Amino acid sequence: MLILSCVSKRYNDTIVLAPTDLHVPAGETTVLIGPSGCGKSTLLRLIVGLIQPNTGNITLGGTKLEPANLLNMRQRMGYVIQEGGLFPHLAVRDNVTVMARYLRRDADWIAHRLADLAQLVRLPMNLMSRFPAELSGGQCQRVSLMRALMLDPELLLLDEPLGALDPMIRYELQQELKSIFAKLGKTVVMVTHDIAEAAFFGHTLVLMREGRIVQTGPFKALARTPAESFVTRFINAQRGPMEHLAKVLQ
Amino acid sequence: MSISRLTRMLLLAFLATTLANQVLAAGESVRITVGSKSFTESVILGDMLSQLAQSTGIEASHQQQLGGTRVLWNALLSGEIDAYPEYTGTLMKETLVKENLQTEAQLKQSLAAHGLRMSRPLGFNNSYAIGMKEALAARLKLRKISDLRYHPELVLGFGNEFMDRADGWPGLQQRYQLPHQNVRGLDHDLAYRGVESGTLHVTDLYVTDAEITYYNLHTLEDDLDYFPAYNAVILYRADLEQRAPEAVTLFKRLAGRIDAQAMRELNARVKLNGEAEAVVAASFLEENLALDIDLQVKTAWQRFWQHTREHLVLVGISLSAAILVAIPLGIVAARYAHAGQIVLGIAGIIQTIPSLALFVFLIPLLGIGGPPAVVALFLYSLLPIIRNTHAGIRDISPAIVESAQALGLPSRARLRIVELPLATGAILAGIKTSAVINVGTATLAALIGAGGYGQPILTGIRLDDTGLVLQGAVPAAVLALLVQGVFELVERRLSP
Repeated sequence: MLILSCVSKRYNDTIVLAPTDLHVPAGETTVLIGPSGCGKSTLLRLIVGLIQPNTGNITLGGTKLEPANLLNMRQRMGYVIQEGGLFPHLAVRDNVTVMARYLRRDADWIAHRLADLAQLVRLPMNLMSRFPAELSGGQCQRVSLMRALMLDPELLLLDEPLGALDPMIRYELQQELKSIFAKLGKTVVMVTHDIAEAAFFGHTLVLMREGRIVQTGPFKALARTPAESFVTRFINAQRGPMEHLAKVLQ
Repeated sequence: MSISRLTRMLLLAFLATTLANQVLAAGESVRITVGSKSFTESVILGDMLSQLAQSTGIEASHQQQLGGTRVLWNALLSGEIDAYPEYTGTLMKETLVKENLQTEAQLKQSLAAHGLRMSRPLGFNNSYAIGMKEALAARLKLRKISDLRYHPELVLGFGNEFMDRADGWPGLQQRYQLPHQNVRGLDHDLAYRGVESGTLHVTDLYVTDAEITYYNLHTLEDDLDYFPAYNAVILYRADLEQRAPEAVTLFKRLAGRIDAQAMRELNARVKLNGEAEAVVAASFLEENLALDIDLQVKTAWQRFWQHTREHLVLVGISLSAAILVAIPLGIVAARYAHAGQIVLGIAGIIQTIPSLALFVFLIPLLGIGGPPAVVALFLYSLLPIIRNTHAGIRDISPAIVESAQALGLPSRARLRIVELPLATGAILAGIKTSAVINVGTATLAALIGAGGYGQPILTGIRLDDTGLVLQGAVPAAVLALLVQGVFELVERRLSP
């Protein structure tokens, strides 16, 4: 589905991503995880073409990503960022449909699609005429997801989509997102630094550190057969508080 | 989309003002234009010239009180004006000083080489003189200019032209070895008020100025014969003798008709009695040349509307053009950091050129009147709009810009759908700033003959007539507020 071969990125002398190979299988959720500055967001931004790699190729469904076909390729991807990135001067409806309208899709089709997506992310239709400033953080992320899904992309890219939400809303949205992904059968690449979230969503986890991939595999594989001691340290760092919590509750 | 509606509105405004200007400029047949300097005597003489030309049936206009000898000289050379009153001393010691002319015959020869002619002297020598309050002169026992040497504590203030001219203060200081450090340049007419109020002690006078007796001024004797003769003459283009021979014949009849006493009385009628220059000029011509002058004095309202129209045309054209040019430049500056630095740098440099200097720089290229004024105002209006467009686009959060990119919107669509709408507030604020600066700066355009609200201000300063100054200043201020209000309305309608 999505194949990165030998993709690297550096700024002047700083290597932010060493030559990297990655294969993202269709219909699954692949989670990029690792400490801040490990290159996971860079990887995502390379895929969506916001930055250009210094070496290597990225292919999506057999088509190589190139500056010339960038605009078309982006229409085959949906991209959601932490704060939503909604256009503040456009109503929710216009935010979601902006690209479809630019492509002059049929108005009825657009209206139907909008209604379907609103139902999917469980937003009432009367919210569609509000502006982003009038929405809660969780609602913003739902709208952002609608916008990303509008053109029914093959690939969904999410950069810390729940990072800015408070824990309860975050929990609620985690459940919903997972069921949406399952329902749509989309290929998803998600970035997070929360190991529990990664384990919850990811069929495959890609643990990164200092610009390179340390280990790829399901959470269980990472936990049981760590490729190096960093893997265990990374997992344990977030396990501590939870085990403490579990003890208290017992 | 709102921003394209704005562009369309501005384009319409631009076309409308251009059209209006064309209509105003139309109907231009064979006509002659007379110029005058920005002091009363010159304006009276200029009115006489235009009235003389009109009495021969020619259409003649008078570009009153242009900003300085250099402006008039260049305008005459380029054919923007056909004639203006000048003084031989000014020509020999300032305008043509490099040619080192000694006699009036030599002067005539030199003028002919420039394609110009000079009438015989009108009959008075309006020399410079150095003067001070009679009481102060008596107290300090000052009689001659060389006496000033022993009073370095006196504050000297001279007309701006005198400050810089070769035959003005620099030469005077050298000839008399004057020690004064505290020397100010200011408007000639304001200098009289400075002397009267005591903030200035010594100033330059034109010997035919009516104020000399009015303010009880003592003229210091030029004991080292510094000042040359400033015989008033009429300077005109040689081709005028073919284009308007009758008018030239009439011009020549003025020669020898106005002596110093007569000129001083004419000046006094305008400056002290408040009569209009045109009226004074006409009555002189009727009495002395037995000409019947058909005077068309405009009413205050007609003048007001004329100034309003002129001002609006200046502001309308220059601002519309600036908007059409500056917004794209601001976009380019925001998109390409390198080009941005160059664009903002150049616009910033233009902004630092003093407005009067910019007006004058443009005269050799565009002549006097509307065109150089419009170009100068256009240049001044660029920076605030460019800078705000640039900042408005650059200040959009990267998350929003990247979201638009990630959707697959091409660059132009991103600009139209996301970036420009989000920058609209900043752009409009820039336009508003430009408009207000433009309305204010346009009052200076009168100095190069472009009219507008600056005209009554200039005349008001010259005649010490606060009411007249206010006739220009108040409408200019109201217009600035109005323009600001209009853009605030537009802003409210365009902002979500």
